Amino acid sequence: MLAIRNLSVAFPGPEGPVRVVDDVSVEVGRGESLGIVGESGSGKSMLSLATIGLLPKSARTSGGILLEGRNILTMGEKELCGLRGRRIGMIFQEPMTALNPAMTAGQQIAEGIRLHHGTGRAEARAEALRLLDRVRIPDPARRIDSYPHEMSGGQRQRVGIAIALALKPDLLIADEPTTALDVTVQKEILDILDELVADLGLSLILISHDLGVIARSTDRTLVMCRGRAVEDGPTEAVLRNPTAQYTRDLIAALPRRARAGLGEPGLGEEARLAAGGTP
Amino acid sequence: MTALLEIENLTRDYALRGKGGAARSLRAVDDVSLDVEAGSIVAVVGESGCGKSTLARIVMALDRPTGGTVRLGGDDLFALTPKALARKRRDFQMVFQDPYGSLNPRHSVGRIVAEPLHLLDDAPRGRERAALVARALEDVGLPGSAAERFPHEFSGGQRQRIAIARALITHPKLLVADEAVSALDLSIQAQILRLILSLRDRHGLTVLFITHNLGVVDEIADRVGVMQAGRLVETGPVREVLDHPREDYTRTLLAAEPTLAVLGQRRRRA
Repeated sequence: MLAIRNLSVAFPGPEGPVRVVDDVSVEVGRGESLGIVGESGSGKSMLSLATIGLLPKSARTSGGILLEGRNILTMGEKELCGLRGRRIGMIFQEPMTALNPAMTAGQQIAEGIRLHHGTGRAEARAEALRLLDRVRIPDPARRIDSYPHEMSGGQRQRVGIAIALALKPDLLIADEPTTALDVTVQKEILDILDELVADLGLSLILISHDLGVIARSTDRTLVMCRGRAVEDGPTEAVLRNPTAQYTRDLIAALPRRARAGLGEPGLGEEARLAAGGTP
Repeated sequence: MTALLEIENLTRDYALRGKGGAARSLRAVDDVSLDVEAGSIVAVVGESGCGKSTLARIVMALDRPTGGTVRLGGDDLFALTPKALARKRRDFQMVFQDPYGSLNPRHSVGRIVAEPLHLLDDAPRGRERAALVARALEDVGLPGSAAERFPHEFSGGQRQRIAIARALITHPKLLVADEAVSALDLSIQAQILRLILSLRDRHGLTVLFITHNLGVVDEIADRVGVMQAGRLVETGPVREVLDHPREDYTRTLLAAEPTLAVLGQRRRRA
């Protein structure tokens, strides 16, 4: 459904162009979830911004990003507007800054529906309510009129997901969606994303620095380092039998507990169970 | 074994202004008692709002408790005169989460690292001071020449090393680290954890390590306290608490932690 082919992204620098994404190719099928993992500066966020046509103006690109055969990189702004939201929904890291503080949850969810579909106010609000229920916001009928500052981080991120879902996109891009959240809230948000992929047949690109999150929620994984794709494949294969030294280093840097599932010596069965494993 | 740090029945209330001016209060820390043995690393783990940072601030005497005591080396920090407390501060220093916000960008690294020396009556001057700063930087794995450079020339991990050098320049007995590795990439995080462990081994440093990350607790701590809603719900040796949690809340935290143990379960679930 989405095919990134030999994508490079560069920015002008004092000593010539700086390549932040360097010849990356990867595909995402319908109903599939792709994890992109890497440390700061690996280019993983630039790759996602390129996919939704939101790269800064100064960026120079080559290669292609094909959404069902059409190249996003060569689209005009008008065409991109039709694509954002409708075909591709985006979920950002910081739900406090990604949401408009002066609009209620319901207004922000309904805004896109009304703009894109010309839906009436009442109908858009009903759809917003349905979406809030879908992302399992407690007491949606009350929350629909809440402002972002009145909500917890987890609730705000649910609103962020509802906005991304509002136009029924085929592909969701989530850039570090749970990094700012507590682990118990992170689990709830990842459960919702898993469910959306399973129930709605959405494709998901999940960008994270956390291999535990990637292991839990993705079918395939792309490992990035300094703009380059160092390895990609089925998530379980990449994490159990990494071929690239960089992937091995990333796994080795994980705390012991997070590595537990790999059956490392020294960690007993109990520790593995305590860490959420199954017998 | 003697406890260097003794926290006893510590409580901290904050006044909240409710709707219509009604006075309410929030108990951020609720009857917390915790001993930290000299030379040990004790972690306090919990989610946002559990009171772990308030606890750290009180231990650092940056905030006063509503009730209870904090003793360091037998001295009740809040019974000391301001002058005695100021003199005592050389014995306890802190490292913060954000290595970008905690170093003054206009000061050279040398000036930043030397800053706590003003707490010493007999602080060295001139060449002796420069040598002390260089040794502190080398102790955390940076070249002594880093002293002449400025924070922006360093990466996040290097900045955190600078912050640790600053904290250790007065040879404190206790280091309080509040989410000191949370903003760092994983590989850098592992390096900083190894550094803290080696500083403990080399200097017998005692560390109170505040974090939200159980994986980090497992790597670094001897003992751990789990905090929830201001209370310390479970305390014990790390192996015991993480492998045989007694409290439901500890189990919930452990189960929510993303680990590679879930590998291969995804397809079966779908």
